Amino acid sequence: MENKTPKKNPLSMQLNLSKFNSYMFEKATDEEKRQQDVMSESTTFFKDGMRKLMKNPLAVGSMIVLGLILIIIVFAPLFIPYRYEEILSVNGVRDKGAKNLRPFEYSKLEQQYIEAGGTRFPHIFGTDEQCRDYFIRVIYGTRVSLVVGFFASIIVLIIGMLYGSISGYLGGKVDMIMMRIVDIIYSLPDMLIIILLSVVLQTILKFQPGSLLDSLGTNMISLFIVFGMLYWVGMARLIRGQILSIKQNEYILAAKSIGAPTGMIIKRHILPNCISVIIISTALQIPSAIFTESYLSFVGLGVQAPMPSLGSLANAARGGLQNYPYKLLFPALMICLIVLSFNLLGDGLRDAFDPKLKK
Amino acid sequence: MSKAENKRPLVEVRNLKQYFPIKTGLFKTEMLKAVDDVSFYINEGETLGLVGESGCGKTTVGRTLLHLYEPTAGEILYDGEPVTEKNILSMRRKMQMVFQDPYSSLDPRMTVEDIIGEPLDVHKLYSTKAERREKILHLMELVGLNAEHATRYSHEFSGGQRQRIGIARALAVNPKFIVCDEPVSALDVSIQAQVINMFEELQEKLGVAYLFIAHDLLVVHHISDRIAVMYLGKIVETGTADDVNYNSIHPYTCSLMSAVPIPDPDFIRGRKRIVLEGDVPSPLHMPSGCPFRTRCQHACEKCAQEMPPLTDRGNGHMVACWVK
Repeated sequence: MENKTPKKNPLSMQLNLSKFNSYMFEKATDEEKRQQDVMSESTTFFKDGMRKLMKNPLAVGSMIVLGLILIIIVFAPLFIPYRYEEILSVNGVRDKGAKNLRPFEYSKLEQQYIEAGGTRFPHIFGTDEQCRDYFIRVIYGTRVSLVVGFFASIIVLIIGMLYGSISGYLGGKVDMIMMRIVDIIYSLPDMLIIILLSVVLQTILKFQPGSLLDSLGTNMISLFIVFGMLYWVGMARLIRGQILSIKQNEYILAAKSIGAPTGMIIKRHILPNCISVIIISTALQIPSAIFTESYLSFVGLGVQAPMPSLGSLANAARGGLQNYPYKLLFPALMICLIVLSFNLLGDGLRDAFDPKLKK
Repeated sequence: MSKAENKRPLVEVRNLKQYFPIKTGLFKTEMLKAVDDVSFYINEGETLGLVGESGCGKTTVGRTLLHLYEPTAGEILYDGEPVTEKNILSMRRKMQMVFQDPYSSLDPRMTVEDIIGEPLDVHKLYSTKAERREKILHLMELVGLNAEHATRYSHEFSGGQRQRIGIARALAVNPKFIVCDEPVSALDVSIQAQVINMFEELQEKLGVAYLFIAHDLLVVHHISDRIAVMYLGKIVETGTADDVNYNSIHPYTCSLMSAVPIPDPDFIRGRKRIVLEGDVPSPLHMPSGCPFRTRCQHACEKCAQEMPPLTDRGNGHMVACWVK
């Protein structure tokens, strides 16, 4: 009698308990209970960021694209039997018909060779007007462009970070003088300096024939030097600004009141708080360096022939644009893929490593 | 208050001055007198409330005490020993600070465990990782945080919880004196009460002394044993909390007290509100004599000529005023 559920008022909105029985409910499993646990588990800052990065489809996609490009440019030259500067020949005879072939097309000499029982590796992107395999040239061009982009960004990052953090942390008069130097460097015309430097360097620099530096050419070296001399100013300004704004935060003052030494404050508080800006601007610096290299090669100031780069390939393709548009398409597409991937990856990195955007 | 009397001063400030150079022209620099000739003391386990309007130098006093700014002149004594740039590291094990803004005073890149553990790292107060963790968990428990909060980042917390983290960080080195720089003014009223009560509980448990900086008079009266009132970098009145509150003498204190909202309509109707005329003068161009004379209704000629000294009006109630 005392356990009886009271009769439900027909107008009541309450759940009618008499309709439920114990068999309608089942006990939560341990795993389900764990899902109710709202506390996230302990992770390090880096792990946490990587986990979020892996959830970003665009970033993962661009990492896959970049990974594929990297695998191709590292391993393709190992099994493609042509070299980037090699003029095609069949059985030691120069193949004069292998000029401007379409993708996967064989020249007459090669067809005869294949009919006679020989095997010939296909020209995946065709050949250029000097009878060279175009695929291997694009691959070497990508290599050159990526290497230039990567090292130029590293140079920019190191110089810019050192300069910017010194200027920002010390502040005051030191900051003012250092920033005026930056302003002066900003006003120098970079194109003029690259041209002047490559002229000067051509006369003073002598590399061992056949070495990597020699095949890159003095233009490339002057490009690196110009990057090291001129292009770091943007990075330096950015990092100085970051450090200036981080310095204002009360947690820096709190660290000082605890008694933390300057080195510890920089290492623990200032650098981790501007690392996301450093990461994204480096990721964005790579495509911009690739662009610079490409347009310098395009105007003829880039790598030394016969070494190709994506820009010089695009420049060479300009001549036969109406008949062979794919020759421009392949290097241009490669530049697009690389630049787009780095930009998307940079965005993803910023989203992942900024705790204020944490979902 | 009897507990204030038979104790020696833990922290004593003598004629503290803190001037900041301000560029006013191309080659001209003027001195901004943020704190001008301030003296006070704080006994062991006692709370001194420091009140005043915005920009009167309360925060500067607190920060100069911890040598976050190098004082222009004057002495800071801890337990009789002067605090200087040389012994500041060891002094920071005895004096700590809780900051005003709980949103910017915690590093967003660090977990709660690392924030509270930082003072332990700096002063090397542990020998094993386990000991560090144990100390951190103990501190978290002390300020009412759960152990599972340790691995979280500060932005995942509410303002009140963040302030608790800040307090735990200050307590980590086991200090005897904490400067509380408006620790509750960024918080909701309901949260303010919780945090204030926690400050009082911690004082009972650990015997810490506070310099409690605030502009909310009710809060200060509630927590303080003694109160000092600041105006334009000078202390104008100091005494026990009840004396300053109920028997205020200095015209500035009176006007402050008349502005305190009291939840009693009958009392409010009977009270005369003293509304001050004009604005606070710029600390760059301080009025001669008493800094308050430009807004004081009792001001006389003597006020313009000379700064009144703090004089005892009985029971340690010191007031700097010629007229009253």
